Amino acid sequence: MDWSQSLRLVAPELLLSIAGLVLLLGSAWAKAERDARVITWLAVAVLAGCAALVAPALWDGAHGPDRLAFSGLYSADAFASFAKLLIYAAAGASLLVAPAFFDRVRAYRPEYPVLVLFAAMGMGIMVSATNLLTLYIGLELNSLAAYVLAAFLRTDDRSAEAGLKYFVLGSLASGILLFGISLTYGFTGTIGFTGIASALQGGLSTGAMFGLVFVLAGLAFKISAVPFHMWTPDVYEGAPTPVTTFFASAPKVAALGLTMIVALQAFGTQVAAWQPIVIFAALASIVVGALGAIGQTNLKRLLAYSSINNVGFLLIGLAAATPQGAAGMLVYLAIYVAMTIGGFVAVLMLKDADGNPVEELADIAGLSRHRKVLAACLAMVMFSLAGIPPLFGFWGKFVVFQAAVQAGLIPLAAIGIAASVIGAFYYLKVVKVMYFDEPANKAVGQSDWVHQALLALCALFISPAGYLLTKCLGALAASAAAVLFHA
Amino acid sequence: MIQVIAFYLFATLTIAAGALTILARNPVHSVLWLIVAFFNAAGLMVLAGAEFIAMLLVIVYVGAVAVLFLFVVMMLDIDFAELRAGFVKNFPLGLLLAIVLVCELVLGIGAERAGGIQLGTPDGTAATAAGASNIEAIGALLYSKYLFLFEAAGIILLVAMIGAIVLTHRQRGGVRGQNISRQVARRPEDATVNMQPEVGKGVQL
Repeated sequence: MDWSQSLRLVAPELLLSIAGLVLLLGSAWAKAERDARVITWLAVAVLAGCAALVAPALWDGAHGPDRLAFSGLYSADAFASFAKLLIYAAAGASLLVAPAFFDRVRAYRPEYPVLVLFAAMGMGIMVSATNLLTLYIGLELNSLAAYVLAAFLRTDDRSAEAGLKYFVLGSLASGILLFGISLTYGFTGTIGFTGIASALQGGLSTGAMFGLVFVLAGLAFKISAVPFHMWTPDVYEGAPTPVTTFFASAPKVAALGLTMIVALQAFGTQVAAWQPIVIFAALASIVVGALGAIGQTNLKRLLAYSSINNVGFLLIGLAAATPQGAAGMLVYLAIYVAMTIGGFVAVLMLKDADGNPVEELADIAGLSRHRKVLAACLAMVMFSLAGIPPLFGFWGKFVVFQAAVQAGLIPLAAIGIAASVIGAFYYLKVVKVMYFDEPANKAVGQSDWVHQALLALCALFISPAGYLLTKCLGALAASAAAVLFHA
Repeated sequence: MIQVIAFYLFATLTIAAGALTILARNPVHSVLWLIVAFFNAAGLMVLAGAEFIAMLLVIVYVGAVAVLFLFVVMMLDIDFAELRAGFVKNFPLGLLLAIVLVCELVLGIGAERAGGIQLGTPDGTAATAAGASNIEAIGALLYSKYLFLFEAAGIILLVAMIGAIVLTHRQRGGVRGQNISRQVARRPEDATVNMQPEVGKGVQL
């Protein structure tokens, strides 16, 4: 393995770091808010370039030793490429929606796109991880940028509180994860995922079991699975909405991808040990996400609980521990990213007459009278999140449940479907408030064309037209998921 | 022989400095004693053949942590007399913690005596070159095998720096900054005037 080959394989990370450094230098001279916008568009172009760099590996279904860079520290395989495409798309979307939001309070700064680029780089490292060190470095790079982004509106108390809360709890989770990593290393003698898998082939010692539990607990925090979800509503509510869009989409994809790699590759020989943990987290997330959302009056908090709920459904695919389950998770993730971005962009578009953001559920009562298209799009997102058939959200849930049933986890699938009915209640409540309540006439402000275009794109993806993609998406997800089962 | 003498010297000084850190009345003296303890611990590490850890102790603990402590002690108005007054109140809790620590020690040593824990066998990827000092060995691994992660860790530190600046830097209005080019461009005849004030009258500028 020579250096040039390794450098070719890490090309997306190289491009991201170099572009991040150059744009950081550029931002030192940026004065007007127009400069910050230019830097934002450049950052989006960089993300598009990275997507073009990783796409061929996904098309070829690349895997195996010649996709390993730096003597097996990093893998540029089809699975990583699938996750990276979603991450770059989500990061790009949260960059595009940012300027219009921050300009209102004159707080937009060119460091925002730079931090998002570095976070995207960290997430790329996470999903390309082939050992525990790479995993941790990628996770920290992403988290550190995320803490700063959460507190980006530092004059706003809620944003500062969200940043601090996220930082303290995130550091705690990192500590738990590190403890698990050190136990795993101590009891297996290696940090490579394939090495751990072969070391655990004979059986799981108590120490390695503890390591597994702590690693999964640390990762559960990052994907905000119950019982490590407490931070999610507060951080999502307090952080500026474009940042929340980012948190709910890209890092979720990266952390879930990482959880899949750790569970299916590193601990792939000990499925029976982690399966009950994942099943518990899945069911608890679905139930808590559904019940917690019912009492919420803030749209961002509601979407936060919805994301906890969706993580539960995603974990059902992981609990199946089959290639079908993993492929189902990837399909669901792609749809989830589109739904989440659509949902948060719709929230971003809700403004009162002065252009201030409107986030309360009561304020969007009767939205359908004066903002017909916006209300229709938001209703579509809600129906899709609830998994109601003609929309694409149903397909994601369907493939995940199908995999669970095929793996013989019929009770899990049954409880999941029952709980998704509870979840449907609050999604439909939003639709009812928009369409049948007396108009509050609050969310009347006009919105930016970028927001409109993004919302239209997401709505098109989750509309029944999305079913045209099922074959292509399914094939790509299957070839990406197969990578995890090759080792 | 010299090693034994050096060991007892460093060990005695470490313990003495540690005790004085707790006992010193002046908090600044406490921090200084702590620095002495760090230096002696570094000496112990050199004796144990871990010169890299010795260097880290001096650079990180003396160079950064202790100086940070010193800054905190000197800059914050902490009433140490009041802190000490809580000693009697918190004594039971402290005693409980001490008992827990002793139990942990006993259990740990007991487990070690009973044959230790069955750990995994290292796979050899982190094995160092034979005969190299440990600084050399760490450097060789860090800059060749783990170069990618080393550089990525550097980016993490950069992100931390950007974060600190983004969250604290602000442009303040009404500050009189120094404009060097204006200062240099100013000629004496623009700035000074010769006057001939008459006796009993003020100066009209």
